[in-house]
Amino acid sequence: MIQKGQKGMPAYARSKGQGFWFRLMQRIHVDIPLLSGLLLLSLVGLVVLYSAGGQSLEVLGRQLVRLGLAFTVMIALAQVHPQHLQRWAPFLFAIGVALLVAVLLVGDIGKGAQRWLEFGAFRFQPSEMMRIAVPMMVAWYLAERNLPPPPLRLLVAAVLTIVPVGMIAKQPDLGTSLLIASSGVFVLFLAGMRWRHIAVVGGLIGAFIPIAWSMMHDYQRQRVLTFIDPESDPLGSGYHIIQSKIAIGSGGLYGKGWLNGTQSYLDFIPERSTDFIFAVLSEEFGLIGIIVVLCIYLFIVMRGLYIASQAHDTFTRLLAGSLILTFSVYIFVNIGMVTALLPVVGVPLPLISYGGTSMVTVMASFGILMSIHTHRKLVPT
Amino acid sequence: MARPLLKDYFRESKILNNRIIVASVIIVILTFAVISRLFYLQILSHDHYTTLSQENRVTLVPIPPQRGVIYDRNGIVLAQDAPAFSIEVTPDKIENIDVMLQALGAVVSLSEREIKRFRRELKQKRRFEAVPLRFNLSDEEMARFAVNRYRFPGVEIKARMVRDYPLGELGVHALGYVGRINEAEQKKLDTNYSGTTHIGKLGIEKAYENILHGTVGVEQVETTARGEAMRVLGHILPVAGKNLYLTLDINLQAVAEGALGGKRGAVVAINPKNGEILAFVSRPGYDPNLFVNGISSEDYDALQTSLDKPLINRVLQGQYPPGSTVKPFYALAGLEYNKITPGEAVSCRGYFQLPGLAHRYRDWKKEGHGAVNLDTAVAQSCDVYFYTLAQSLGIDAMATFMGQFGLGKKTGIDVPGEMMGVMPSSAWKRKVLKQPWYGGETLIVGIGQGYVLTTPLQLATITATLANHGFQMQPHLLRGTHDLGSANMMTQKPTVSKRVPVANGANWQTVINSMVSVVHSPRGTAYGIGVKAPYKIAGKTGTAQVASIKQGERYKESETPERLRDHALFVAFAPVEDPQIAIAVIIENGGHGSSAAAPVARTVMDYYLRDWIERTHPRQSAAAPGPSL
Repeated sequence: MIQKGQKGMPAYARSKGQGFWFRLMQRIHVDIPLLSGLLLLSLVGLVVLYSAGGQSLEVLGRQLVRLGLAFTVMIALAQVHPQHLQRWAPFLFAIGVALLVAVLLVGDIGKGAQRWLEFGAFRFQPSEMMRIAVPMMVAWYLAERNLPPPPLRLLVAAVLTIVPVGMIAKQPDLGTSLLIASSGVFVLFLAGMRWRHIAVVGGLIGAFIPIAWSMMHDYQRQRVLTFIDPESDPLGSGYHIIQSKIAIGSGGLYGKGWLNGTQSYLDFIPERSTDFIFAVLSEEFGLIGIIVVLCIYLFIVMRGLYIASQAHDTFTRLLAGSLILTFSVYIFVNIGMVTALLPVVGVPLPLISYGGTSMVTVMASFGILMSIHTHRKLVPT
Repeated sequence: MARPLLKDYFRESKILNNRIIVASVIIVILTFAVISRLFYLQILSHDHYTTLSQENRVTLVPIPPQRGVIYDRNGIVLAQDAPAFSIEVTPDKIENIDVMLQALGAVVSLSEREIKRFRRELKQKRRFEAVPLRFNLSDEEMARFAVNRYRFPGVEIKARMVRDYPLGELGVHALGYVGRINEAEQKKLDTNYSGTTHIGKLGIEKAYENILHGTVGVEQVETTARGEAMRVLGHILPVAGKNLYLTLDINLQAVAEGALGGKRGAVVAINPKNGEILAFVSRPGYDPNLFVNGISSEDYDALQTSLDKPLINRVLQGQYPPGSTVKPFYALAGLEYNKITPGEAVSCRGYFQLPGLAHRYRDWKKEGHGAVNLDTAVAQSCDVYFYTLAQSLGIDAMATFMGQFGLGKKTGIDVPGEMMGVMPSSAWKRKVLKQPWYGGETLIVGIGQGYVLTTPLQLATITATLANHGFQMQPHLLRGTHDLGSANMMTQKPTVSKRVPVANGANWQTVINSMVSVVHSPRGTAYGIGVKAPYKIAGKTGTAQVASIKQGERYKESETPERLRDHALFVAFAPVEDPQIAIAVIIENGGHGSSAAAPVARTVMDYYLRDWIERTHPRQSAAAPGPSL
């Protein structure tokens, strides 16, 4: 839009001795370090998925198609100037909320939860859209005034987050609502919400827990307890987490080797291609394999934070920071859940887990990050 | 943005960069937290989880051993595992069980009972485990199913090893049978039975279960979380059970069963020299094959309610008054206790009276036997002689003497379920009936009636003991065991189970001679079988009352209902000079021992002694009938 000189770039770039691919990447607003990290991770993901999916080429093929779609979405979004995103933020948010209402009223029930909207042949999960729309909206709102925001603006921003989160939690989709809530919170955090405000909110939540506990029925308490500590129910919800721990622990330092994870191919790990794929990774590649994967993740997250810090204006900084921090939440929540540190909430391991919609959303957020980074040198009109 | 803002960019970027630094630090800390958690799981707890993973992965599947074969003494197979074809259903692969059963019922016959049992088992097993539906398919059913096979996915024909009794009823009461392990048995069994479905329920099959069964093997199978077997990792082979050789001569058994005809009764033949049981007949019998996979309730009801009581093992459990068959033993007691001498005569007028009492104890011969000594008394079975003897011996001396032979006690044969019989004494009556002993009862016991009860096995055993001059060899059915693949048979050594002390050894021969007179003297009660016998037989007839007869009445066979008629008994051994076989025959409601039971014994002895006859009387050997088996 603003960068008019693109057609003239090849000659300039050639004179600097830069290669064709580098020029191409620059031209399509791709951040090469981020892309490299993401491609590497996807490759690792495909290797693990081949084993976890029972060596099915069909599973691998479908994952490849999804990855292709997700990378396309990423590159497409990288072309959109952040200013447009800022302008669209309120509308996107409003549409998202409207769709969420529609889901609650007429949504399709899949796997016991109402998440889907049917548009002809399309099935659409509005909650996925909100993963980006919420941080955009909160960032947009807070960027309008000087930072740090005063308590009243914090309150409004909190409401902007809680409303969609509440609706998604009601579907019920605990994992997504948690991630969206954290994306909102991250904007507030990055916007310089004062530590004492953070302490007050934390204190309020802390005070609420015993009150809620005292108001619950015994069976509800039991449900909460098994949610927090699934291993207290070894034949029910605890079975999965116990088997997952066995897979990870038996992997040891070097792992049992690719395609040799007995917990995996003998079907002891639940959801082994999706939410629990980390257990397969741990069993077959051991601690060393995990450290390699964590390093790739860490590299991507650090690159994302660097992009946020280098971003040109408040909106893009808040948005970029929130998106990359939310990405890291995915990783920690998923690993925490699979290693029995956290309760089981349905959060996939980004780019490694088999599955469609969330991958597209994750890659869309990387598209936005790339857009913010590659468009940053230009002065707004 | 429509509204231009005055913003402190420097301050804002400082806030943001601070926060990003804080976030980075937190992320690094979290990364280390995750790694330390994984360090804990994968390095510190590695061994623990490896064990758990291995336990998950490997399932131990038992391989049942093959059950030992049971042979008769000549190596004829009496029981063996044979492949039988059954229909098995894997519920996992079937859409609608009811529809499948309906359709399958048109191809092979399925009884209500089989379907009921199948449904019960269906509930106990996992969905992917095959459940047997029909056993013992006939060739025709196999063919019909094969043609229709495509219509029944998840329904398969399987070959299983099933116990087979090729000779059917023959010898069933000695052999017993195996049946499916029931819940009560299951509780008592150890892991050696983890793969076994059948267990010995009766007879030899039960008595030698631990020898026949063998040792279970184990297969290590890699198994999925749902229990599906993926591959075999290793195995320990099972050790087959040992083969058994019985003392029975199944051909002799067939001869004896044939000789009984359709009559109810028992025949026991023993080798007096070593206690080996040569024939063990209880008629009627039943087909043990019916019991192997669970007998149908109709079949079972028929066996159970039959008046002929085919399920009763008459040899071990039939308790009959021995009647006159015990007279030679009393004669021996009289000689031993110096109450009589061989030549001393008693006058028989047809009845006996206790001093001062009017009651007449009748002799079977109304007109009396006249003057009888020991030999004629036994030969003609004179009751008055034995009333007199009993009175002078007294009940307790009789009980003591007969107890030495083992009456009123188990013989200790190696199959379960034996009854003791009764040899009464005054102490016994006080204890069991809480009554004093009456003098008249002594007389009744003296002719083998009244309280005295014996099993056919006991009768055969005491006859063998007599033939063996007081050495009672432990009666037994197991001749030896044989390991699969080993050339040698481990044989049982004969053991002396009882020794009847007799001071004057000549008394044995006196009594045996009197029994020879029973068969070979023209006035002997079993002269009928002795006339043309090519060898010398010592025997004794007996007739046991079933219904009591009032004073002054007379028993008339033709007027008595069949099941109230007397039991016919005969005990014998032969050849007298060198006893090879001792035998007891009881025919229920058969009438007289001489006419009904003695010929059966003769037939059995003729067959058994055919080689002996060949050796000693070459020209008469054709007399021995040969059974075809």
